[in-house]
Order: sequence, then C-alpha cells, then structure tokens
Amino acid sequence: MSSNSNSRPPEYELTQSGRVVTFRAKGPWTLRDIGAIDEDLTEKLDAMDYDTVQYDVADVSELDTAGAYMFARAVRMGAGQCHEWDVIAGSAGQRTLVQAAADAVMGRPPDPTRQWYDSLTNMGRASERFFLESIDTIAFIGQFFVVLFKMLLRPRTIRWKSVVALTEEIGLNAAPIVMTLCFFIGAVIAYLGANLLSTFGASVFMVDLVGVSVLRELAPIITAILIAGRSDSAFTAQIGAMKMRQEIDAMTVIGLDTFEVLVVPRALACLISLPILTFLGMMSGIFAGMLIAWLGGLDISPILFFARLNEVVELKQFWIGMAKTPFFAIIIALIGCRQGLAVTGSVDSLGARTTTSVVQAIFAVIAVDAVFALFFFQMGI
Amino acid sequence: MVLKIDKTDAPMEARGILTQFGSNIIHEDLNFRLTRGEIVGLVGGSGTGKSVLMNTLLGLKEPEGGVIRYFGYNRHELTSEQRFELNTQIGVLFQGGALFSSLTVRENIMVPLREHTDLPVKLMRELADMKIHMVGLPPQAATLYPSDLSGGMKKRAGLARSLALDPEILFLDEPTAGLDPVGANAFDELILGLREAMDLTVLLITHDLDTLYTTCDKVAVLVDKHIAIVDTLPKVIAYDHPWVQEYFGGPRSRAALSAGKT
Repeated sequence: MSSNSNSRPPEYELTQSGRVVTFRAKGPWTLRDIGAIDEDLTEKLDAMDYDTVQYDVADVSELDTAGAYMFARAVRMGAGQCHEWDVIAGSAGQRTLVQAAADAVMGRPPDPTRQWYDSLTNMGRASERFFLESIDTIAFIGQFFVVLFKMLLRPRTIRWKSVVALTEEIGLNAAPIVMTLCFFIGAVIAYLGANLLSTFGASVFMVDLVGVSVLRELAPIITAILIAGRSDSAFTAQIGAMKMRQEIDAMTVIGLDTFEVLVVPRALACLISLPILTFLGMMSGIFAGMLIAWLGGLDISPILFFARLNEVVELKQFWIGMAKTPFFAIIIALIGCRQGLAVTGSVDSLGARTTTSVVQAIFAVIAVDAVFALFFFQMGI
Repeated sequence: MVLKIDKTDAPMEARGILTQFGSNIIHEDLNFRLTRGEIVGLVGGSGTGKSVLMNTLLGLKEPEGGVIRYFGYNRHELTSEQRFELNTQIGVLFQGGALFSSLTVRENIMVPLREHTDLPVKLMRELADMKIHMVGLPPQAATLYPSDLSGGMKKRAGLARSLALDPEILFLDEPTAGLDPVGANAFDELILGLREAMDLTVLLITHDLDTLYTTCDKVAVLVDKHIAIVDTLPKVIAYDHPWVQEYFGGPRSRAALSAGKT
C-alpha cells in the first residue's frame, strides 16, 4: 500500500501440469498495482483449461484484498469448470485474504441485463403510476375533508398553536415579498395602460384597467403562485424529512393522525393567510397604479384616481378576486402535504417530490383560475 | 509533494487535545496513540464524547487545542493534496452507515475506488462485489439502494465502503450494534483476519462487550474528559476507577467474559 508511482508492477507465473494450474506470484499485489496486469491476466486465464488452482504467494511483498481478488479470480475463469483451489505457500494472513476473496468469487451477483421491451415496460409503468397517482390524490382530498369536518365539529381538537405558528411563517413572513411583487405588477400594468390608452386620448381609462386587472386577477394569482413556490416546497421538505426519519411512523404508532397533526393545520394556516396576503397585494398593486398615474406623466391626481376607481370599478371585482383565494389555499396546502407524505427513504425521492409539489401547485393554481374565469364569464359576472 | 508514508511510524497520535462546544469542555489534555497492527476498543459512557473524539481525529472537527499526527505528519500542516493522499489510508464506518442514498450499494463502494484509483470499471465493479461478499451481504444486495436495506445491512454496506481502499487505519463507530450475534461474530473474525493479513490498525468505538473480549488487543477508556488508560483488558478491568469498575463489573460483562474464556 505504499505510495503508488514508484512501485514495480506485480509479477506472476502460470504453470500447468495436467488439470492443475500453479499460480506463482511475486512483488506487490495491491489496489494500486493490479490495474496494470488486469487485462493480461484475464486473457491468459481464459485461454487455459483446468479444474484446480494452486497458489504460491510466498514471494508476494504486499497483499491486500484487491490483490487477493486477482488470485481468486482464477477460480472463476478458465475454459473449464474449476472448483478447487489451495494456497500451497504463503503466510497465514495471506491465506486468510485469499480464502476470503475466493469465497467472494463464488457468490457473484448476476449482471443486470437490458431487454428490448424495457421502454414499453417503462411506458406501462408510467401510465399505471399516473392512474394510481390520480386515485391517490382524490382519496387524499376526500380524507382531508372528512378529517377537517370532524375537527370542525370539535374545534378543541384543532391544533391552534401550530396553526398560529404556520400562519406566521406562511402569511406574515411572506407579506413583504407579496406586496413588493404586486407593487411591481401594478406599476407595469399602469404604464402599459397609460401608454396604450394615451394614443386614443383616453388615458384616464388606465384607472379602470389597473383596478379591474389587479383586483380580479393579478393580485390573487400572483399571491397564490408565490405561496405555492414558497410554502409548498417547505411543506414537502418538512413532511418528507419527517417521513425519512420515521417520525411519521412514530406518530402513527403513538396514535396521532397525520392528517390532524400535519395536514389540517397547514391547510387552515393557508386558508387564513392567503386572503389576507391577497388583500395586501391588491392594496399594493392599486397604490402602485395610483403612483404611476400621478407621477408618471399623466397628471391624474390621487383624488381623481380614487374618484374614478369608485365610479367604474364595482366592489364585485374585489369579491371575485377574494372568492378564489380559499380554493387556491386548499390546493396549495394539499399538494404540498400529499407530496411530502409520498416521500420514500432516499434523498432523490425527496428532491423529486419537492419539485413535483411546486410544479403541480403552480399548474393547479393557474388551471383553477382559468376555470373560474370561464365560470364567471358564463354566469355574466 | 507526494506524501511518503513510513509504516513504522505510529499510525495515529493525538497529544493534548482540547475540544469544547462553547464553554462546555468535552475533552481536556487528551493523549492517545495507536500502535500499528493493534485493534483498540474505545469505551466510555454515553455522552462522554466518543464520537466527537472520532470526528476530531478524522479532521471533521478542528480541536481547540492539541496536535494530531498521522504517520508522523501533523494533519493541520499538510497541504490539501497531501491530506487527500492521507485520506486513502483511513477508512471510516459511521454509526448509521452514512451510505449515499442516491447510489446503489455497489456504486457506494465504487465511490472511493473511482476517486482514488484508475482501475478499469469492470474490475472496480468486481472488487466492490467482493467487498459486499466479505462483509456478509448477499450478492443481490449489490444493486439495491440503501433505503431498501435493513439497519444491519446498511452497517455492513458502510463497512464494505470503508474497506474499499484497503486502508491502513480503520475507524469503526459502533460497528456491531444492530447486528445479530452471528453477524457480529463473523464481523469480529473478519476484522481479525484483515488485521492479520494487512497489519490493519483499528480504532473501534463499541459497547459490545463480546467484541471487546474477542477482538480488541487493547481497551482505551474515555472518562473524566481524557483517556484514562490504554491497556490490555485484564489490566483495564483491574484499573481503579468507579466508572470502570461499574462497566466491567456488571452482569453483562461477567457473562461475556466467561463466554470469551470458554
């Protein structure tokens, strides 16, 4: 095992008499040395036909398990079947090593093979998984509502402490970023509207544009997407890590319902946070619109802005925006928790589930928003 | 500069080690030396910092004071390349196995081989399979992921990985905990066999009294923030310290001792 570069390559000599091969080795046979002779030795042994190997390792200066393995491989190779081996010369320690290595050679795992139909199998598996995943998701939602209603009937069973703590994390801590983002979005919409509408000499209509778009669509959806990215990953990672460390199993054994302890508090915290955050986002977006209208070269004073806003934007727009938030909240919380509970033992699955959770949540938020838009349109609201 | 390792030097020597977390002193003026070819069992009560000591010796935690030498080299003064070189001489089995969960058992064992040697991949794979067999895992375990293994199997797989480079020094943190008695005995014998063939130096943190009796040449006792005694088992048992007396005087110890003698 001495440092590599200067050592001589290992030497060996194979002599055959009858069905017996004598394997005489010299020099260092360690992990660093055997790379050089691997191919050569394999070829020579493959060409021989024998059923007994005798090892003479008395002249081996250094030996480790890798070197011993090179000897032992002679048992497996060769054209015929070889089942017998013996160390005819060598120290007790060397004997032990060769013994251990030879035993190992006997029990080699089969090499995994690829079949031409593997891709079909994978496709089938993926379809099956998609189907099962859909069923699981529906079952999960059903179970959630059953547990939620049971708990609402007995409000004492709700874990208010963790609901409050989670609301702080999901709601309060996210408020600055939600407000900043909505401010920018409101400002962008105001600028766009002002530019486009001023060509018709109707720049005052930008108040309508900002009011309707921010209240009805932008603030709810920006907030939901932000929380989906921010809190969903956290839910999945937290619950996933608990799953990996068997904390979930421990809860089940102790008699705690994972839905009661983990899922419902998160859903309630989202239900409380999201409407408040959306409201803050709306205010911040409108405020940005007002600032642009006032200072952005349109000369619409704040008084005029709010007068116009009161006149043209009905309160209904605000409620349409707000009505969507509980749905977003439930979607976000359930997807995050479900993916967290689906984590298995490996780090890979934790990563994959966290990604899935965020992607699914953002996708679901936008899809549900589209359904709402369609619904409101058809209802003439 | 290539690290020349003179095997006649003491494989590991720690002098005056001081470790503390905040104001909480774990080790103070701790001196410890491993002699080549010896298997030393480290015992100590729960919370006396056995694992902390191992982490300190491995360089995972810098001690607040003292010097650690490997083969005469002060670890602290080595360049990063030299430390890399030195690390090939050290194998570690962590308590939980510490396998990489995104790799199969075989790939786990191949990680050190890939990093430190340039063998053909096929040969690496075969060597990994041999190590799997050596630690008593079934051949099918090679293609399993750590999450598919039981606790004892993880431990064995971790041992296989620590042996991948045939290191000079082996640190084992509770190696036989979680193994059934048959597996634990086989493990003890494997360590003895490896030591015999390769002059392995082994530091073994253990609570398994059977392992202490059958495998260890010497026993080191970590008590009162330092290594109080490193000596053969009979002398350690005779050592006059309340904790040592309690540890080796208990019914479990007597049972293991009488079993070891027969």
